[in-house]
Amino acid sequence: MEKFVYIALFAPFVGALFAGLFFARSPKTHLVGIVNSSLIAVAFVSAVTLALHVAEHGAVHVQMMTWIAVGDLNIPFGFLVDEVSVTMMLVVTLVSTIVHIYSTGYMNHDKGYNRFFSYLSAFVFSMMILVMSDNFAGLFIGWEGVGVCSWLLIGFWYHKEDKTFEENPSISPSWAANEAFIMNRIADLGMLVGIFLIYWNVGSLQYDVVFKALPHLADGLLVAIAMALFIGAMGKSAQFPLHTWLTDAMEGPTPVSALIHAATMVTAGVFLVIRANPLFSLDAVHGVSMFIASLGAFVAFYAASMALSARDIKRIVALSTLSQLGYMFAAAGLGAYWIALFHLAAHAFFKALLFLGAGNVMHAMDDELDIFKMGGMKKVMRGSYIYMGIASFALAGLPIMAGFYSKDAIIETAFNDGSFIIWGILVITAGMTAFYSFRQVFFTFHGEERYKALGFHPHDMYKYVLVAMAPLAVLAISFGWFMDNFHEFITKNLPDYEMSHETHHLAPYLGTIVIVLALIGICIAYIKYAGKGDKAWKRNEKKENSFIYKLVANQYYVPKFYDEFIVQPYTVASDKFWEMDKAIVDGTVDFIAKVIYVSGDVSRGMQNGNLSSYLNWMGVGALLLVLGAGISAFIG
Amino acid sequence: MEIGISHYLILSGILFSIGFVGVLRRKNLLMLFFATEIMLNAVNVAFAAIGNYYGDLSGQMFAFFIIAVAASEVAVGLGLLILLHKRYGSLDLEVISSMKG
Repeated sequence: MEKFVYIALFAPFVGALFAGLFFARSPKTHLVGIVNSSLIAVAFVSAVTLALHVAEHGAVHVQMMTWIAVGDLNIPFGFLVDEVSVTMMLVVTLVSTIVHIYSTGYMNHDKGYNRFFSYLSAFVFSMMILVMSDNFAGLFIGWEGVGVCSWLLIGFWYHKEDKTFEENPSISPSWAANEAFIMNRIADLGMLVGIFLIYWNVGSLQYDVVFKALPHLADGLLVAIAMALFIGAMGKSAQFPLHTWLTDAMEGPTPVSALIHAATMVTAGVFLVIRANPLFSLDAVHGVSMFIASLGAFVAFYAASMALSARDIKRIVALSTLSQLGYMFAAAGLGAYWIALFHLAAHAFFKALLFLGAGNVMHAMDDELDIFKMGGMKKVMRGSYIYMGIASFALAGLPIMAGFYSKDAIIETAFNDGSFIIWGILVITAGMTAFYSFRQVFFTFHGEERYKALGFHPHDMYKYVLVAMAPLAVLAISFGWFMDNFHEFITKNLPDYEMSHETHHLAPYLGTIVIVLALIGICIAYIKYAGKGDKAWKRNEKKENSFIYKLVANQYYVPKFYDEFIVQPYTVASDKFWEMDKAIVDGTVDFIAKVIYVSGDVSRGMQNGNLSSYLNWMGVGALLLVLGAGISAFIG
Repeated sequence: MEIGISHYLILSGILFSIGFVGVLRRKNLLMLFFATEIMLNAVNVAFAAIGNYYGDLSGQMFAFFIIAVAASEVAVGLGLLILLHKRYGSLDLEVISSMKG
């Protein structure tokens, strides 16, 4: 089985090197797209093989080689393929394969085609390291690796000009990339502190050793470690207050948004909490877990409220991702780790599908993102319409769909736990989710054909791309049907979450509430946005100028707040420090250089080419030497 | 008055100083050669005198070596001087200053 571990891990790496080393400067080559997609597909097949093996024989633990061995510090390059990591591997490689194939169509006309595939495969490799590592150091390497790849890919169109905040809230791709990277660095510092604390007090970073030693540590220390690790997770999974980068990351190409900022990388934070479940389920850190759950519920609602009024098709999807991440954290914080992982996988499938569908729309509309300019496109884009419809049904959590099972389980968990506030927020958010996802669908595909007046000629994506998206659609519908199998498989490794008998009989009613709310949301969206002719949607200036609408549309002024109270003061301070730096540090260095320069300039006069004066200087030197020798002899 | 070691050393010092000043002040290369010869021989005198004073022959042996070295140096040096004179028509140091920095 060892070889499958290595194939799954290194096939994407080979792809990245192949595209990066040999084709980085050459013009677009379809070979790169084909080879890279096949390599990721190979990784997917290996992951499937591993999953079957793990289901039958248990975890595979391999140690590739020693990595750091200094004194007592011993960190090997080890990989652990157990039920949790193999689930992540399956999700990552499956979505990656489809996104790679999709990209061969989506990036067809882009100059940076080869470069794009090199980055994308490198991302998959980093993500595989992140999920497969058997120690925190390897996890951190993968963690930083996906951060770098995310930076490269958000800023993929780095040549675009900066715009004002009013014109484009994410200013420019390179600005957005830097924002994402810097925000993640802030969070990574927290994570690093957590890893240091673990090493200091346990003396190892191997998961099994650490988790065995945790119960013997002091309570305060455990809380500190849990907090520090969760700060890292907050950055990567874009939880409040480090969430602004995720919507701005939509500046990247859409396949990137689908793969990195919906399905895989942003779920790394949830994965970390699930991975470290022996830590987070300790009694001592119960407070931290409650905080995680509350923050998750808050973010779920907060992001959903912003999505209600967003106009940018990609931002809506990004905000819904944020909201769903909140659901996952709520589940993980309440101790239902396996439900969080289940929602993570289900979400990866339907959200990637939704993003790729949005990408099709964008592609058809010449990169126009404003849904106010679309409408009635179901005639010209039937395939994408069906896919986005399926994905939205799954996101809204309607019965049969994947999202229904996973989201319902989370909401039931909250009720069962007695956290009725969290439960209430999550239920209301579920209704809002249905509303905004169908608002987007109706705006884009139903109603008046507003795009015609603006001179767009949309056409659907290549056939083969639409076919390649089919597996995601199938999973978005059917993944939930395997909940029991998944439960049986995953609880070998993760703690089971028992619904108590007192509340379990209420589950059908609770589910009904959610479904009814979701249906109401969809109906409102339909009435408001899907009408034609007289009933067609019209812009309501009065409403758009109301306080709440403005508050929500401006993302609660959080980006503005950051800009005004963090970025600008920091810029001013930097300017001042730069001046100080110039005066003191640079001044000292410049002074030394100047002294040497001037003395050289002066003593250059000695070199006049006249042997006689040379001899004079030599004589003087010799005399000085004799004098010095005499004095030193005299003194001592 | 008996002539002792100090007289020889004083003579040697005076000769050396004359040569030294000559090296510093003279502008003609030939004269510079003379001046260095004077300095060398001043050292020879000192060597021989000190060797005799201590009853050690190595001082005089050094003097011989220096005479031999000085002779060969003069042979080479005078050859070069002739070449220089052919090229510049003069041995004045002001004229043959080609190594300007």
